[in-house]
Amino acid sequence: MLDKELRSMIGQVKDGRMDRRAFIQRLAAVGLTAPLANQILALGGVAMAEGVSTYKPTKRGGGGALKLLWWQGPTLLNPHFATGTKDQDGSRLFYEPLACWDPDGNMKLVLAAEIPSIQNGGLAADGKSVTWKLKPGVKWHDGKPFTADDVVFNWEYSKDPATSAVTIATYRDIVVEKVDDLTVRILFNKPTPFWADAFVGAPNSIIPKHLFADYKGAKSREAPNNLSPVGTGPYKFLEFKPGDIVRGELNPDYHMPNRPYFDTLEMKGGGDAVSAARAVIQTGEYDFGYNIQVEDDVLLRLEKGGKGKAIYAVGGDTEFIALNFTDPNTEVDGERSSMKTKHPLFSDPAVRKALALLVDREAVKKVIYGRAGRTTANFLNGPEKFVSKNTSWEFSIEKASKMLDDAGWKPGADGIREKDGKKLKLLYQTSINGPRQKTQAIVKQACQKAGIDVELKSVVASVFFSSDAGNPDIYPKFYADMEMFQIPMSQPDPSQHMRRYMSANVATKENKWQGQNFPRYVNKEYDEAILAAEGEMDPVKRAAFYIKANDILIADTVFIPVQHRLKVEAAANNLVCVISGWANETDNLFDWYREA
Amino acid sequence: MSQYVLRRLLIAIPSLLGISLVLFVVLALAPGDPFSELATNPNVPPEVAAALRAKFGLDDPIYLRYLHWLSAMAHGDWGFSFVSRMNVDALILQRLPATLYVIGSAQILALLIAIPVGVYAATKPYSLFDQIANVLAFVGFSLPTFFTGILFILIFSVTLDWLPFVYSSDIKATGIRWVLEMIRQAIMPVAVLGLFQAASMTRFVRSAMLDVIRLDYVTTARAKGLGQAKVIVKHVMRNAMIPVVTLIALQMPAVFGGAIVTEQIFRIPGIGSLLISSILSNDTPVVMAVTFVFACLVVLFNLIADVLYGWLDPRISLR
Repeated sequence: MLDKELRSMIGQVKDGRMDRRAFIQRLAAVGLTAPLANQILALGGVAMAEGVSTYKPTKRGGGGALKLLWWQGPTLLNPHFATGTKDQDGSRLFYEPLACWDPDGNMKLVLAAEIPSIQNGGLAADGKSVTWKLKPGVKWHDGKPFTADDVVFNWEYSKDPATSAVTIATYRDIVVEKVDDLTVRILFNKPTPFWADAFVGAPNSIIPKHLFADYKGAKSREAPNNLSPVGTGPYKFLEFKPGDIVRGELNPDYHMPNRPYFDTLEMKGGGDAVSAARAVIQTGEYDFGYNIQVEDDVLLRLEKGGKGKAIYAVGGDTEFIALNFTDPNTEVDGERSSMKTKHPLFSDPAVRKALALLVDREAVKKVIYGRAGRTTANFLNGPEKFVSKNTSWEFSIEKASKMLDDAGWKPGADGIREKDGKKLKLLYQTSINGPRQKTQAIVKQACQKAGIDVELKSVVASVFFSSDAGNPDIYPKFYADMEMFQIPMSQPDPSQHMRRYMSANVATKENKWQGQNFPRYVNKEYDEAILAAEGEMDPVKRAAFYIKANDILIADTVFIPVQHRLKVEAAANNLVCVISGWANETDNLFDWYREA
Repeated sequence: MSQYVLRRLLIAIPSLLGISLVLFVVLALAPGDPFSELATNPNVPPEVAAALRAKFGLDDPIYLRYLHWLSAMAHGDWGFSFVSRMNVDALILQRLPATLYVIGSAQILALLIAIPVGVYAATKPYSLFDQIANVLAFVGFSLPTFFTGILFILIFSVTLDWLPFVYSSDIKATGIRWVLEMIRQAIMPVAVLGLFQAASMTRFVRSAMLDVIRLDYVTTARAKGLGQAKVIVKHVMRNAMIPVVTLIALQMPAVFGGAIVTEQIFRIPGIGSLLISSILSNDTPVVMAVTFVFACLVVLFNLIADVLYGWLDPRISLR
């Protein structure tokens, strides 16, 4: 039904009977995000919407200095080596991708001349290739022209394992060919509904061939330009001290009219989030501070100073509690949480469902996340088009208790429920982080009331998120019953996010815990939904598969979604900054300006 | 003299080797991974992090890694930062000026306060001035720098709005304005560190002075009819300064330690904040290098203290 309706809606947009915005809203209502809705239109024969720029200044420059405060400063400026978003943010000041994402998830052109669509021949109907036309006349900061060779080079550079680029996953399975000096074609080995990954967004910014060609492969780390970028962006590189400061100045040859607004640019690193919020919101020493993970009452108090404000961007980041489907306390062949075991308590679905009833998401929002969170019943919370409307959540200690009673878990002498000699005692771990410890306390309290004993554990983030297979506390090993964190969603498409939990990807000793399915969830139905989605070119059907996959995860209580988290930034009151929940903070920097 | 210095330097080598071994083993055994941020990024397959670990030799046994580090160090190669992908020595040299500027100024401030106050308090023990100086000194060294730092920020930046609390390593001004800005932004961190140092030093100067001031030769000097100023400066201070010099020299590494916290609070791009961010990102080569530099400083300042001894008190012969 959804499919038929969508077809007719696409038809309406095509003939102009329905406007694009209404279409996106309709799709959002059935749970599809804006970027996806746009891609649906593109595949349905209507060109993808170009993000509308709100940029007002009518001349280049004259805006003075823009002072950015990144409390974790960039430590290197090559997007292919970015170990974290901070490095992508810093690189993006100077380097540019073909296109970026605006706050609504629409594509905005940067180095590309037009958005590929079926009409303009950019998209192949079978979804196996996409052709990008490049903007003519773009120059690197050193005056050399930007051409298709540069784009092709980035693919060759990244896919070479010896380069050890972190972008390798984007490029290793595609083929990029030069059609002419200003046209490149990307060939996929299978139908690819989400074609806007390679060369799109800050992580996939393009570096110049003429400066990096000699440093491809094993010599990559010797490239002098790893620390002194020569890009195509609105600001030219001046100075970089890792972790401390990045400085740039206006690029007089920038390829977008009247941009950039600011004459100089400074990105200062170091310190902590609270004092960064203070420097922007309260004292106004800086214009913009990124990733202000600070309690809402602190922000509200700082905002009374009146020099700046907190701003929010909606993306798809979900804070969740994952349940372990294997037994963390039994060792089989030197491996705990082995696939050969079953979780003694969670193998009863009633226990999992009861736990979901015991997470008071409203309280977590009210007490901890404030304006930076939304309650949710879904694991997949964005883009809008992929968000399920079939799920719901509630917090009820009575219902949870009754559910456990009915399943035969009766309170023992110590008030803790037990069945067949097994006590409902759970170990609940997460990384050390203020909001997470508070959430743990809220959940523990509710569980206690329902007769479940919860032991809390918190691990230093640098260990918890480590890939060090020798450490027992890393999250993929999951030597606990429940664990809580979030996996950032770095592009407006759920494919990477959802395929992690396919049966083939379970984390085991054999794959050195590199399998991404850490709850060790095995469900054929889920696998089928994901495989179907990945081969589906029809955007509506594809979205339906992902919604189904989400619903399976929720119905089976693989994850208990705790909060849909928004990005929080601090900005001066007079700064007009464009921030997208689907992109890095600096991705739309060319559109930033100051209001008088 | 030069023979003595040379011998001391040679003795320092085995102790530095021992220190480096301990540091290396502790860091290698510490949990954490420089590529942890990659682990939660769904865009990056786990093989990439594993390949990076292999490339930077993180999977080798500890003794091999230590020998690699040692032989590289012997060649003047300080190692390579995992996180910045640049040479560690370049990274440290970039950060050193800010640290030296702040710590140097703080130390000078501390001496400028401690010596006059300590000396004057000792000449009039248990006077009102002495009492006040004592109380302030106790307050000064009981308050940790992270507390006074935040207090200063709240008073002078947030409430009064006089001083900036984000230190900028390159000020966009020239000439006299540049100098003024450099001074302005350093006032708070230097005051925080300097006052902390001055507090304990004042107490020390005072007691060293009191020890000397009652000795017979001082009475003799007075009996000769020398003025109070001359007696204090020429006769008492010179002798009282001997233990003070040792204290200052031995405290230098502790000052660097205090600077780590202060640098973090005021965002001073010095080696202290480099150390903190490297520890947080598990960038072991940088942590190793910075801690090793600190170890070298301890050894060096011990040596300087001993040499200064000989200069201040010719009776102590260095052989």
